[in-house]
Amino acid sequence: MIYGAGVDVGSTQTKAVILDSNREIVGRALAMTGANVSKAAEKMFNEALASSGLKREQIGYVIGTGYGRYKVTFGDSQVTEISCHARGAHFMFPGTRTVIDIGGQDTKAIRVGANGEVVDFAMNDKCAAGTGRFLSASAEVLDLPLEKIGPLALEGKDPVRLSTVCTVFVESDIMSYLAQGKKVPDILAGVHRAIAARTMSLLQRIGLGPEYSMTGGVTRNVGMVAALEEKLKAPLNISADSHYMGAIGAALFALERAETASRGKCEEAVLGGWEDGLQDTKR
Amino acid sequence: MAEYGTAVHEASRKAMSAWYDRLAAAAKSGAPTAYLMISGNCVEILRAFDIEPVFPEVNALQLAIRKQSLPLILKAEEMGYSSDNCAYVKADAGFTFGEGAPGVGKIPKPNFIVCNFVGCNVYIKWFEHCSEFLGVPLTMIDVPFVRSDRPSDGDVRYVVSQLKKLIADCEKATGKKFDIDKLRGICALSAKAEDGWQRCKDLCKNTPSPMDAYFDAINLMGPINVLRGTQDAVDFFDVAVREYETLVKEKKGPIPIEKFRIVVEGPPPYPFYRQFRDLFAAWNAVAVQSTYSTVGGIWEFGFRHDPKNPLESIAEQMLMENLCNRSLLDRYKQIRRYVEEWKADALVIHSVKSCRLFSAGQGDMRDYFANELGVPTLLVESDLEDPRYYAQAMMKNRIDAFFESLEHRKLLRGAQ
Repeated sequence: MIYGAGVDVGSTQTKAVILDSNREIVGRALAMTGANVSKAAEKMFNEALASSGLKREQIGYVIGTGYGRYKVTFGDSQVTEISCHARGAHFMFPGTRTVIDIGGQDTKAIRVGANGEVVDFAMNDKCAAGTGRFLSASAEVLDLPLEKIGPLALEGKDPVRLSTVCTVFVESDIMSYLAQGKKVPDILAGVHRAIAARTMSLLQRIGLGPEYSMTGGVTRNVGMVAALEEKLKAPLNISADSHYMGAIGAALFALERAETASRGKCEEAVLGGWEDGLQDTKR
Repeated sequence: MAEYGTAVHEASRKAMSAWYDRLAAAAKSGAPTAYLMISGNCVEILRAFDIEPVFPEVNALQLAIRKQSLPLILKAEEMGYSSDNCAYVKADAGFTFGEGAPGVGKIPKPNFIVCNFVGCNVYIKWFEHCSEFLGVPLTMIDVPFVRSDRPSDGDVRYVVSQLKKLIADCEKATGKKFDIDKLRGICALSAKAEDGWQRCKDLCKNTPSPMDAYFDAINLMGPINVLRGTQDAVDFFDVAVREYETLVKEKKGPIPIEKFRIVVEGPPPYPFYRQFRDLFAAWNAVAVQSTYSTVGGIWEFGFRHDPKNPLESIAEQMLMENLCNRSLLDRYKQIRRYVEEWKADALVIHSVKSCRLFSAGQGDMRDYFANELGVPTLLVESDLEDPRYYAQAMMKNRIDAFFESLEHRKLLRGAQ
């Protein structure tokens, strides 16, 4: 059996996934990235190994992705999370043509081709407006645990209109609504709508097209999923593994690489042509 | 065997250093100088009076590439310039109204200031401030924005009438009488350098391209915009053409293997010039054309200064033959020709946060090229001068993802 591993070192969380040749997840791990990026990557990889019951030498290829991908020093190469989310989403939902990834500091809209290739993508600018961080900032100011805000937002009957999607200014915006006596569910419904609107403008840039798959940590937020589906007027493909999609995509690339290498045809691997760039960018 | 870019780089450095030396000498001797803007400039007129041009934009560029821009930008913000203001303007304002900056030569106080590009209101205010704070006269040349294919005869006459006023101002500043034959000779030298420019750009149609027409184009932009109308500029382009022709013969370019041919729109992030360039080099991507290199003038499509009609041809360049005074749709046409005739794989747009004039409409541009023409297009954003707008990790992520997707699609096409 050949195994491939993907380690997605995000700005907020690090995820690791190990896939076998049947494309089944045999090991996984997730934790906050923290300040020591290399350590987080290694720790999650080792935890994923432990959960799979495999040994390091059984893993044919390891690919790092996410902002900390160059800190996956034990890995074999790196791929951006844009390619990995597209690959992972297309693998899980082959009808996927649009991927929406809302991560800790990035929101990405990715248009995907019939083979899972990235056709186009758009991301938020150098600003965390309307990203996962915006949600956690809202939760903090309302003194609520992050997992509560989605369900509460669904209870909102009269969503407020936020004047900003700025992650810093959202706090004063929320405070002013609280001072006006607005209900927390209505405020949260407004927060989720604001992010959905911001995400829609990214999606418009690359062109809307079903099926839509959502990836990243914010898939666990039912309020966000509902707000996006309402804006899109279409359902979102989501699975319990969507949170791990970047790592799954990386593991898929790794597996393909390991399989091709085992056939002695490195140059024909799906990733083969990327090698020049990958080696250079490793510097 | 030629080594990429060595002779061109050295010749450009030498010619530009000599210009800075002349400015430093003028600062000492009081020889006449005047401020001028790069875009569609009328440097030929100043040369007819032996007035050395000073380009505050070049000061700003120098400061950014030497990583000296931020303290000067902050100084300008202390003076009251808004954080959203053009960072080029702020860096130069901090430099000119402050104590200068180490490493940048002595810039003389000009005898007068010529505002020759009015397409940007902020630029008008910039030169008005310079005129006010330095206490020197300002000659404002109103250049109508061209929305049709060609400027009208009326547009040309309007600009020529203002050039005559500039000539009178130059006569006043220098005490010299205008000599039309001298101007004709200068325009002939301009045209020769412009021939060299077009030849260099045309050579980039070869595979591999002998030059990176974005990152290395600055070696050509100095001589063509600042030194145009001099024998020095003509000599520089002789060197450049020779070197690039040799490289074409030897099938050499800026990187060992040219894998992607790109067209770039928008100025580079000068404070991170090397890092930004390396992000493309890592993917063996070479710019075969760029719009930024034509902010001063567009010569690759055949426009030349005309010794027979010097004033009219100068007016024509100011009106039409430069990137900034053209409509966005004309810019689309220019880029489309670049993509098609220079056989590019993709378009990269670098949007400048502190310049709405240049960046407005780039979202539509991206949409037009990516979705209507099917040209893979990447839009990234930072700034040409203000380092606070540049985030290396985010930039790298977008560029890597873009080339991964290009590579992936190339492989898929190959497999079919």
